[in-house]
Amino acid sequence: MRDTLSFKLSRSVVLGLLFIFAALPIYVIITSSVKPLRDVSGLWTWLPEHFTIEPYITMWRTVPLASYFLNSVIISVSSTVLALIIAVLAAYALTRLRWKGQRAFSLLVLSTQMFPGILFLLPLYLLFVQIQRVLGVQLNGNYPGLIITYLTFSLPFAIWMLMGFFAAMPEELEEAAMIDGTTRFGGFVRVILPIARPGIVAVGVFAFMNSWGEVLFASVLTDSDTRTLAVGMQAFATNVAVRWNEAMAASIVISLPVLVAFLLVQRHIVQGLAAGAVK
Amino acid sequence: MSVATTPKPPEVRGSAEVPHLPPPSMHRRKRNLLPYLLVLPALIAELSIHIIPMLLGVYTSFIKLNQVSIRNWVRAPIVGFDNYVRGLDPTGAIGSQFFETLGRTVIYTFLVVAISWILGTAAAYYLSTEFRSRAFFRTFFLIPYAIPAFVGVIAWAFIFNQQDGLLNTLLVDQLHVLPDRPFWLVGPGSFFVIVVVSVWGLWPFAFLLQLAALQSVPAEVHEAASIDGAGRLKTFFRVTLPMIKASNVVLVLLMFLASFNQFNVPFVLFGSSSPKDAQLISPLIYQFSFSTWNFGLGAAVSTLLLLFLVGVTLIYVHLVLPKEKPARA
Repeated sequence: MRDTLSFKLSRSVVLGLLFIFAALPIYVIITSSVKPLRDVSGLWTWLPEHFTIEPYITMWRTVPLASYFLNSVIISVSSTVLALIIAVLAAYALTRLRWKGQRAFSLLVLSTQMFPGILFLLPLYLLFVQIQRVLGVQLNGNYPGLIITYLTFSLPFAIWMLMGFFAAMPEELEEAAMIDGTTRFGGFVRVILPIARPGIVAVGVFAFMNSWGEVLFASVLTDSDTRTLAVGMQAFATNVAVRWNEAMAASIVISLPVLVAFLLVQRHIVQGLAAGAVK
Repeated sequence: MSVATTPKPPEVRGSAEVPHLPPPSMHRRKRNLLPYLLVLPALIAELSIHIIPMLLGVYTSFIKLNQVSIRNWVRAPIVGFDNYVRGLDPTGAIGSQFFETLGRTVIYTFLVVAISWILGTAAAYYLSTEFRSRAFFRTFFLIPYAIPAFVGVIAWAFIFNQQDGLLNTLLVDQLHVLPDRPFWLVGPGSFFVIVVVSVWGLWPFAFLLQLAALQSVPAEVHEAASIDGAGRLKTFFRVTLPMIKASNVVLVLLMFLASFNQFNVPFVLFGSSSPKDAQLISPLIYQFSFSTWNFGLGAAVSTLLLLFLVGVTLIYVHLVLPKEKPARA
């Protein structure tokens, strides 16, 4: 179809406006992160008048950012790896095998997507308290409690996307492996998993992003030693005077890993969503 | 890629579609156990983090739970429907607050979902055409979605700052649209703020899903429609959009649930107590539970919220899905 002039014009206008909307906070974050505190506390200026990289240095002292960072990495990486393993197994069972209760199980998992987080925040806390009293296993305020919570949050979406990837692969691939003497599941592990790797990585990035940015549960289930970035960042804002420049510098450092990872795998995410949503 | 003419949601994709090759009988016993072993870890996780806490939450809505009884909540007294009566009494302070917040959350959700859908669909529509800077826009529009939500909200808080923020500097000092600096983060302006900030974070998700769906529509469809003389917009609304209806059903549902349960945006903007005009249901429950230490009431309101969401979802799915029953799995 030929692009008429009016079509090109409308395209430029719409995309231009969306660009301004999307870019505005990003522009604010970048320019404010290189302003001295005096400038960033005063009237807004579009360009930094006194360029400085000091916020990137002092931010590590204002709040224990390094320890928040480490906590977030430990919790997010663990929950992502575990969620992937669990979701791959479940998605295989749901796409490749026939079993009683299959439909009930997938409905159960997908419907948990509907639960408001606030509904089971307090019960989960109470449950953790009780487990500690009865079994002596501590889950409040330490890593394992938040890790199992986050991995479960990622499961519905991860299983759903992986089902899309697996369903798109011909079963003949596994059957060929079965002829070579491996079991069907062995064929799946050796043949399907390697082919589905880009999709699995994309799902992993998704799960990682979920954990990395979660605020509500982290605010209740962590203590000062296990605080994650998402909660710890509030410390910049609740200090007597908000150190906006350091908050923005920290925002950039926090966002870059997930942003780069997401942009690297976004093509596979689009594919996975297409496979999952259109089927 | 094949596109089903009568699309089904992913959860009803049953095993009925894989009819060939009956399993060799010698593997039968092993096969029968395998699927259950494979889903066992997922089932344990779902039960312990989602299902059991949800049931426990329903239970706590029937007990008197405050900062004293929480230490030994197993022995907290059962008070029947007391928490519900207080939450639902429209003449009481708490009941009226609940209904007002519910109404506001409905309006908020409608605005955020509708605007995000329109922006995301428009972006996906234009970016599925060929032009030079297409790859740049495609990547750039995903940034608000890819960075952690709280980072974007912090930046917006800085923009809406009353004294010296970007917006007031722009509107008052540079464009002279407004005579004096309004407060955005308190009063009626705060509702506008949470809508804008939420749309900013959500529309790239709509964009991403629409882009994915549009890729599955074969180009021949457009060519065929254009040969028939249909214009570009007409083709999009009459031909393309109906073809990606299935993914739109999922998209709107996911956006609805995310918006209705919105917590991050008000929490990062306002802390644990939102201004009256921007109060949404999830932060209200948080406030009931953790600021006024009335956990039983918080649980009762959460249970009502869940019932509401389940009801709306069922009605929605019933209304939009194709009428014929999917094949039994």
